[in-house]
Amino acid sequence: MTLASKRRSLSLRIIIYIFAALWLLVAAFPFVWTFWGSFKVELDFFSVANWTDALTGERTIAEYGQPFTDAGYEGAWIKEEFWRNVINTFIVCFFVVCTSLTIGTLGGYALSRSGYRYTLILLIAALIFRAMPPITLVSGYMLPFFEWNVWGILPTTIIVLVAINQPFTLWMLHSFFQNIPKELDESAKVDGCSQFKAFRLVIIPVMWPGVITTGLFSFLLAYNDFAITSMLLSEENRTMVPQIAAFLGTTYTEGNVMFAVAAVVSAAAPLFVLVMFFQRQIVSGLTAGAVKG
Amino acid sequence: MKHSTFILFFTPTALAMVLFIAFPIVSVLVQSVHAPHKAVLVEVETCTPLVGCTKETSIDQEATRELREQKPLGRFIGLEIFSDRGHLAISEVKEIWSGSKNFKEFFKKIGNLPFYRAMAFTLTFTFIVTPLVVIVGFLVALNVNALHEKIKGIVVFFSLLPFVITPLIGALVLFWMIDSRGVLGSAIQWIFSDPNLSLKASTGLMWISLIVYGVWHAAPFAFVIFYAGLQTLPTDQLEAAQIDGATRTQQVRYVVLPHLMPLVSFVALIQLMDNFRVFEPIVGFNADAHAQSLSWFIFNDLGGETRQFSSASATSVLTIIGVTILLLPVLRRTWRDFMEKST
Repeated sequence: MTLASKRRSLSLRIIIYIFAALWLLVAAFPFVWTFWGSFKVELDFFSVANWTDALTGERTIAEYGQPFTDAGYEGAWIKEEFWRNVINTFIVCFFVVCTSLTIGTLGGYALSRSGYRYTLILLIAALIFRAMPPITLVSGYMLPFFEWNVWGILPTTIIVLVAINQPFTLWMLHSFFQNIPKELDESAKVDGCSQFKAFRLVIIPVMWPGVITTGLFSFLLAYNDFAITSMLLSEENRTMVPQIAAFLGTTYTEGNVMFAVAAVVSAAAPLFVLVMFFQRQIVSGLTAGAVKG
Repeated sequence: MKHSTFILFFTPTALAMVLFIAFPIVSVLVQSVHAPHKAVLVEVETCTPLVGCTKETSIDQEATRELREQKPLGRFIGLEIFSDRGHLAISEVKEIWSGSKNFKEFFKKIGNLPFYRAMAFTLTFTFIVTPLVVIVGFLVALNVNALHEKIKGIVVFFSLLPFVITPLIGALVLFWMIDSRGVLGSAIQWIFSDPNLSLKASTGLMWISLIVYGVWHAAPFAFVIFYAGLQTLPTDQLEAAQIDGATRTQQVRYVVLPHLMPLVSFVALIQLMDNFRVFEPIVGFNADAHAQSLSWFIFNDLGGETRQFSSASATSVLTIIGVTILLLPVLRRTWRDFMEKST
């Protein structure tokens, strides 16, 4: 590529940088705009009269004496008790990630080490399950859950999310384990280890990069889910995303849109931190699936 | 690995998938051919002297409850729900078919039936967003690859955000800007100098916004995949092409694209699956007056006071059939590849 880059003309380089700036604007501007606007009053964030109000905060100054206000955050976190939903979200995410990694690691390892034809059948079945929109399964859950009286509580949702996570987790860990040479655990078995002992002593110490990457995606799936959590959780057990949807139902009428805006910014913040620290893992995880698929 | 060890390792995950994916699918199938019990009616004859006897029909609450408890699934009704007006609307379609003069009229009338309207949006969304995502992702990848090493990392960071963000949150963030009171909405009104132009009033604008959201959300995914593919580009081929005097476009067309082709089909596959289930943006954009998808249909049936399980299940079954049809070519190819490898 060095050959090509040296021969790039000035005009081409300018076009490249303009396009990159444009892309950055498209990707990031909505977030910056919403973050900035979340510290304003509604009439500034949705300024019909003059769009620069959203930047300067004319009406926010008129109302609070300063261009920034935390009224939206106060309303969401304290008045509407959004912190409960935040806690619920992190409970759900923690248990989903732990459980799906535990059973997914065992399953993915088995799939990568067994040469029989049924592994392919299982992988294809997992692919089909991955393609099912989760919401099509929800009506299958609801009647039994009502019947057994387990609807609306966090453990039920956690188990369902773990199961929905499995197809993807299996595919990903399967491809990671295939990159760990088979000779490693084969030689341990020759030395007299059982399959499980070989897994524990030889594979577990070297599998962490793949497991962490897969865990990130499990976390994202649990954190971002709306279809399952909104249907399977009762009002007092809601996680963040269904709660934000519920805000819209009530706040559009009450005129407290800024609560929802503040809640949206609060819920997006952990994801930013996540990308900041795990950018390389996310990229490698996405591409690992692609190389194998 | 021995069969017994395999079973030992695989049982937990298999159990989770069988119990919470395979069984629910069966349960959905069963529910879609059942409907809630009708109330048990009793006729009571009350006789008053002089006036005479009157017959009254009333609901036998106890018998109804008993029946519901005995058979919680409801009564078997076969494929009735599939053919009713809210789903495949078979009798209505037949009527429209015989009543319309040409295809244009036929499709226009079909579009008024709720299921076909949802189907139309879902398919339009899927088949417009998927190729756009591939194209935008490819262009951005080519572009970022040409940037200076030092700023690549920052660009990748910001590019990941729309993809990593919760779909509902991403949809809301965009919606608040495109809304007629938002900054982009006002800009659109100003450009077309039409103060009444608003997302809520225009079906076309709503569809376009949803598609824009779809591309914005998924293009980073395609970008990351293609960008990684570009890092493994065979430099000797590229240099050979340059020595032979290939222009920049020719290099992309004959060297880069063929190299990335497997990745293109991977991105397209994932995108087909994900776009077919389009759902969150419709909730976020508050778009259900203009655009409904199959997933939104199910959500709408299941939510609210009256949970319509039968109707939701029927739509679910139809959605599952749709997904399977979309996936069939891919599954066949995976199977064939494996067979070739193993023989």
